[in-house]
Amino acid sequence: MTVLFGILQILTLVVILALIHRPLGDYMARVYTSGKNLKVERMFYRLIGVDSASEQSWRSYLRSVLVFSLVGVLFVYAIQRAQAVLPYSLGFPAIPQGLSFNTAVSFVTNTDWQSYSPDVTMGYTVQLAGLVVQNFVSAAVGIAVAITLVRGFARRNSGTIGNFWVDLTRGVLRLLLPGAIIASIVLIIGGVIQNFNGFTDVTTITGATQHLPGGPVASQEAIKEFGTNGGGFFNVNSAHPFENPTAWTNLFEIVLMLAIPFSLPRTFGRMVGDSRQGRAILAVMASIFAVSLTALTLFEALGGGTATSLAGAAMEGKEDRFGIWGSTLFATSTTLTSTGAVNSMHDSFTSLGGMMTLLNMMLGEIAPGGTGSGLYGMLILAVITVFIAGLLVGRTPEYLGKKIGPREIKLASIYILITPTLALAGTALSFAIPAVRADVEKTSIWNPGLHGLSEVLYAFTSAANNNGSAFAGLTANTPWFNTALGVVMVFGRFLPIVFVLALAGSLARQEKIPATTGTLPTYRPQFVGLLIGVAVIVTALTYFPVLALGPLAEGLH
Amino acid sequence: MSSPRTAVRQYWVAVRAMLIFTAVLGIGYTAAITGIGQLVLPVQSNGSTVKVDNQVVGSNLIGQSFTDKKGKALPQWFQSRPSAAGTGYDASASSGSNYGPENKDLIAAIKERKAAIAKLDGVSPARIPADAVTASGSGLDPDISPTYALEQVNRVATTRGLSEASVRSLVDAQIQAPELGYLGQSTVNVLDLNIALANLKG
Repeated sequence: MTVLFGILQILTLVVILALIHRPLGDYMARVYTSGKNLKVERMFYRLIGVDSASEQSWRSYLRSVLVFSLVGVLFVYAIQRAQAVLPYSLGFPAIPQGLSFNTAVSFVTNTDWQSYSPDVTMGYTVQLAGLVVQNFVSAAVGIAVAITLVRGFARRNSGTIGNFWVDLTRGVLRLLLPGAIIASIVLIIGGVIQNFNGFTDVTTITGATQHLPGGPVASQEAIKEFGTNGGGFFNVNSAHPFENPTAWTNLFEIVLMLAIPFSLPRTFGRMVGDSRQGRAILAVMASIFAVSLTALTLFEALGGGTATSLAGAAMEGKEDRFGIWGSTLFATSTTLTSTGAVNSMHDSFTSLGGMMTLLNMMLGEIAPGGTGSGLYGMLILAVITVFIAGLLVGRTPEYLGKKIGPREIKLASIYILITPTLALAGTALSFAIPAVRADVEKTSIWNPGLHGLSEVLYAFTSAANNNGSAFAGLTANTPWFNTALGVVMVFGRFLPIVFVLALAGSLARQEKIPATTGTLPTYRPQFVGLLIGVAVIVTALTYFPVLALGPLAEGLH
Repeated sequence: MSSPRTAVRQYWVAVRAMLIFTAVLGIGYTAAITGIGQLVLPVQSNGSTVKVDNQVVGSNLIGQSFTDKKGKALPQWFQSRPSAAGTGYDASASSGSNYGPENKDLIAAIKERKAAIAKLDGVSPARIPADAVTASGSGLDPDISPTYALEQVNRVATTRGLSEASVRSLVDAQIQAPELGYLGQSTVNVLDLNIALANLKG
């Protein structure tokens, strides 16, 4: 029965996504290509002093992205430092400098890594005025950057790739805000709380006292999932019954995190004028997702490991209302996107199950990936794939009528190197610097032995890929982790964006070359297979050694 | 490249945009959703609280421990799962154990819990389901599996001097089937069950 029900749940998800990805994808294509501004948008552009009709070169677009994000970091940092004097602080003091830096960077980069436990750290004002705002705008920035790359393929002889302020505003006002409003209300219906009550003391039927928390949770939960952010209102994130009360809210939250990423390939297809190209990308994403979900579910359902066997099933860190299948579906969705919300504790997964969540992030979060970042990550891999295919048959590689020359391939290659370098270097330095290692082993690592290495590896992989989930036993609120993870999150977010925008600019400038008989068709199953192969091989070769040291060794032990 | 003036201009644009976004998305949006929630769906918005004799005794969604002050199980109540939230079901400090599958402390804890439940309920360890000996992700799991609820029937009935059949039918009535027939798994809400139990006569 469990298996049948589990499969039915997955099929329900597939049907829902199949139904929404076309209308949502088409809608997003209209949002980012429409020549008309809404009245409220015109007012907004006037207030911030932007000419919505003027387009930007890739350098200018990049400057706007960076300046806007820097201002975001400063805002969130300042709000946290001022918590003591803000209303609804729940009596919590100002947040310390190191943690404020880490959290500000974390939410601006769409990572939403949490070195802190919100239950005992964050008042309502910091959550809504600092974190919720970034949940919206960091997601909108990601989509905007992806759209510029699509424009790069779609345009010809163009010196510009769009207007950042217009893309940002439209993403927020026409896509994320309406979606979040509807999703909030649905979540409240399911039992997610939405109040400013603070803590309420109740006397239970055994005479004990329980402090029930309050908070504006539904409004944060909705955009947390819809914008693939992932930062929980509570410490245990979507495992908390007030964030995720039932099995159907669980499925709904999964739909929310997958909706935009799985619809963007359709947007891409529409904008480049060939829906088959979007379908090919979607097929790659869906195939990887299906295989990864199957593997994780098998590992958890079969339940390897000493403690798991002793208990009888892998229920440590899992909620009864979701069960194993509802937990693995959520875990796969959250680590294959850049969400990082969790409804079960990944640290307590079986060794090989935990490895799957790591591997999902190591793939670069491309199947379907974060809002925007998933699509641009996948398109970069597509560029690499046509290049490799070109080498094999001895032709000049091209993709969607654009020549993939030395400049393009250099930009794509450097992009691919960034996150593995950050993830592996961060992990290595944690153990290579003697003073740091002593602190990491004494203060931070929770589970001893091989699993401890996995905790550190998970943290840096999560930060570099802007995921935000954790092997949460790790105590990350230390000077080393707050700083190192903060730096990794910044580079992991913005260095790739530099190369994506540069690539967008370089592609937009080109003429379109007509397809000939020698052109590799990039919409056929053959290309889908090639692209899956490239994605897996690039990842496996990079990360295999370190996986062998951590989860693989533990699981096969 | 840009002149210093355009660079400064960009910062001004960004600051103004961020201020407006903070007002609209942070404050306006949250306030609007709170207003809708409080007006239209006040029960859910305020935590789905449960009342006995007009007194709030907890939330339908947040698990509780049914133990004495030292954490010892009270045999007259159905027991919840183990919890890593504070000293157990501390709703102001949600937490999982985060123990890995080979962690020695976890292995020892599971052995200990199994032995304790077997002794308390007078059952063979093989009858004890996994959720009875593992801590949930939140530490606030309001549910237990029907298997664990049924496994406790004998002890609860004996302690309370009730017939086993009446307690068993009470549990059967409290089993919640998966939503829509297949989402999630069958569960029993421990607080609901125990409130119903308190009202059970004979």
